[in-house]
Amino acid sequence: MAKITFDGIEIEVPDGTTIMNAARTVGGSIVPPAMCYYTPLKGSGGKCRACLVKVTAGSTKDPRPMPKLVPSCITSVQDGMVVENTVNQQVLDVRKGIVEMLLINHPLDCPVCDQAGECDLQNFAFEHGVSTTRYTEERRTFDKIDIGPLIQLHMTRCILCYRCVYTANQVAGDRVHGVLGRGDAAEIGTYIENIIDQDFSGNVIDVCPVGALTDKTWRFKQRVWFTKPVNAHRDCPKCSGNVLLWYKGKDVLRITARKDEYGEVKEWICNECRFEKKETSDWTIEGPAHIDRSSVISANHYELPVLNHSVVADLPESTQRELEKNPPLKLGS
Amino acid sequence: MPLNLTDMESTNAPAKPQFSAAAQDEIKRIITHYPADRKKSALLPVLHIAQAEFGGWVSPEVQTLVAETLDLKPIEVYEVATFYTMFNLKPVGKHVLEICRTGPCMLRGSDELTAHLERLTGAKVGGETSPDGLFTLKEVECLAACGFAPIVQVREKYYEQLDTPENVDAMLTELRNMVHRPILPWEALAQN
Amino acid sequence: MGRKLLTEHINVEGIDTFEVYRKHGGYRSVEKALKTMTPDEVVEEVKKSGLRGRGGAGFPTGLKWSFLAKPEGVPRHLVCNADESEPGTFKDRHLMSKLPHLLIEGMITSSYALGANTSYIYIRGELLYVLRILEKAISEAYANGFLGKNILGSGYDLDLHVHPGGGAYICGEETALLESLEGKRGNPRNKPPFPAVQGLYARPTVVNNVESIAAVVPIVNDGGDEYAKLGVGKSTGTKLFSACGHLNKPGIYEIELGVPVEEFIYSDEYCGGIWKGRELKAVVAGGSSVPILPKELILKTAAGENRLMTYESLSDGGFVTGTMLGSGGFIAMDETTCIVRNTWSFSRFYHHESCGQCSPCREGTGWMEKVLHRLEHGHGHMEDIDLLVSVAKQIEGNTICPLGEAAAWPVAAAVRHFRDEFEWHVTHAKEAARPGAVYPSKAVLA
Repeated sequence: MAKITFDGIEIEVPDGTTIMNAARTVGGSIVPPAMCYYTPLKGSGGKCRACLVKVTAGSTKDPRPMPKLVPSCITSVQDGMVVENTVNQQVLDVRKGIVEMLLINHPLDCPVCDQAGECDLQNFAFEHGVSTTRYTEERRTFDKIDIGPLIQLHMTRCILCYRCVYTANQVAGDRVHGVLGRGDAAEIGTYIENIIDQDFSGNVIDVCPVGALTDKTWRFKQRVWFTKPVNAHRDCPKCSGNVLLWYKGKDVLRITARKDEYGEVKEWICNECRFEKKETSDWTIEGPAHIDRSSVISANHYELPVLNHSVVADLPESTQRELEKNPPLKLGS
Repeated sequence: MPLNLTDMESTNAPAKPQFSAAAQDEIKRIITHYPADRKKSALLPVLHIAQAEFGGWVSPEVQTLVAETLDLKPIEVYEVATFYTMFNLKPVGKHVLEICRTGPCMLRGSDELTAHLERLTGAKVGGETSPDGLFTLKEVECLAACGFAPIVQVREKYYEQLDTPENVDAMLTELRNMVHRPILPWEALAQN
Repeated sequence: MGRKLLTEHINVEGIDTFEVYRKHGGYRSVEKALKTMTPDEVVEEVKKSGLRGRGGAGFPTGLKWSFLAKPEGVPRHLVCNADESEPGTFKDRHLMSKLPHLLIEGMITSSYALGANTSYIYIRGELLYVLRILEKAISEAYANGFLGKNILGSGYDLDLHVHPGGGAYICGEETALLESLEGKRGNPRNKPPFPAVQGLYARPTVVNNVESIAAVVPIVNDGGDEYAKLGVGKSTGTKLFSACGHLNKPGIYEIELGVPVEEFIYSDEYCGGIWKGRELKAVVAGGSSVPILPKELILKTAAGENRLMTYESLSDGGFVTGTMLGSGGFIAMDETTCIVRNTWSFSRFYHHESCGQCSPCREGTGWMEKVLHRLEHGHGHMEDIDLLVSVAKQIEGNTICPLGEAAAWPVAAAVRHFRDEFEWHVTHAKEAARPGAVYPSKAVLA
């Protein structure tokens, strides 16, 4: 075990834990933002530099400060390490700079972007950025590309986090897309016209922190904050079958994997679950998904969910009373 | 600029490219330089061989051939070929003139050299090959010969001190008179 | 002219062949090391020599070697960094093409010291013709028993291979080089782990510059103490400087560290002064990434002392009034040089060469280039000058690898020392945008 001090808070974590994950054991606003790091994806992190923190003491053994800010997502804790994040002005200034860098080639058109409301970059910019830009040059733009019938790639919005590449390597298998070119001309692509249609390829949509990879079966059907996420599962031979159904009225508009509070997928889901099971009757409903209070998704009046009595037993009495007043939709047919 | 297939359509590469026997031997030799489970290490040297064998550029078909040769996924080759600037992704003329444009060469007149070469060959930097199909002009960054600036690289040869019309003319004459491309090292090896 | 340790025989006819090289004392260091020294003794000599990495960072080579992890049963590697591509630097190409056996000899002796049985020379792809020269020399070394199994009957085995890059400056960064050697895109790795622990194929690896490895030859031949007698203070031995730009005699010079900069520029023994009888305006002393200095500060330190060609003297005054020795790429600019245009050119280089992996460098290098392009072409604003400094600061220190700094330093230094010229590009935009426009000296403006 290693004991560290993070923004004045003492945290004890197993050796080898990263600074980021140590902070996550505490949670809240002290956790550094992550735009490229993704716990389930091996090798991710270290690229976006959004999570840079100041190490003012390396360890008990070697208490010297680290000369440069370090990426908290891939730097392991050492016993006696002292880390400053939100209490360090240099860290906050650099983070502001990172927002600016990530946005100079990113369109500032959130109102027409399908990812708005659940975009990591939007949240990051809102929390850490400034409201004006000093960048007056032309931004790089790309045409939208359909990589298969189910996924659309809009490279203009990509921040090159490499998450989708790791996902293709580690989850979907038989990778056909990657990062082509280099520098600010680098892009995600298949090079030759190719289709991404492996069983688990749809997960690239979930890991994408911005609106670069989107679900074609859902694009522009609805703003995300007008939909209601519901936990559901089915008996799937390929994946765990644990998903989120996003409802508008009676219709399942899209299906995604379930994510934790840091936006990380808990269990990968297969393309069949994601794209082909859009009837309520395909699923066993568990109940409303918890959405963070600060999210715009919950800003809407939250209606009672579709419930399946036969499965969800022992509901709390208050819920049952509520259900009697507002009977749920009938499931299946 | 998005890369896509229509840009890459091959004109002078055969539909199904094959390495010559000499090149195959050379590739076999190169693969032995690396651990048996690290064949991918041979990717850059093999791409160089491919570019030399197949008309000075690597078409998607050629890149796929390289992938097959080294047991790689095609995308692994595409990612690498598009990262390194020496690999031409579009058809090129007989001679690709790689003109250094970086600081030290600029100080000794690389801008003027580029304009001069455009006039003399009729090719456009980063664009069209000359009408006679002989020359493609490509601006590159530092070639590490700054003391002999300005410099042009053509295949494996450096042409240095091109700040006089005589030196430029001599280079172009030499290239114009070249009927066949120079014999590649592995071809020479096979002949012996 | 001082002693030459590396290039003494460089102009001997046929020195690129094994026979001639051997006749001139070649491969003595291999015989000495393998027959009379333990690997640790070789490392010790290199430590004593005070040799500092000649690729640019100047880190003590012996110390770097001593960090190499030596886990039981795991192969180790020595990789020579011959990816010379820092603008202004062209010493390694010269050394390798003229004296291929010197590098091979250094590789054998150094590999022995590190316990490596397979070593690689990673050479930039543009230098394929040098790769052919090296491969020919390597086959000669094999034929003469200096490579392969049981070298000179010592029981030590070594295979040496040359590996070409594909055109990417970033592969000069040691972890990007290793990625590239593994057949991948040249994306630098996050550190730690350092190559000394997990390098090529995740095995302990040392990466050294061509000149550093060549310098091991005289160090082992004559002893580290002997080597350390040359030079000044912590800048020991000799160093190759590649001089270019507006000089009468650009070229490669091996000098004993400590020659005054003024002598190096103006003496006929070296660069022979500024071309066309013009005045010197500025110098970039160690490859394009180090801060540019105006004439006054490159010839003398801020304290008025003569500036010497040493690591310490060139960096005297920090970045405020000093620079760095870097890779020894010495770029001189005459009075007609447009600093803004030159800075733009360097900035374009780093923009072009950024791997694009981490956001400050990927986006920041392009931003700086665009702002500089605007200033140079007469569309700049006064606030752009501070914007440049600010963007440079946002990149510096926040990237995965040192390319961020390399891109930021030249811009920040150019504004630091030549701010009035940048301002002139705004106030006299039309005039400045003319091709070949020359910023009038302060005297003319006044």
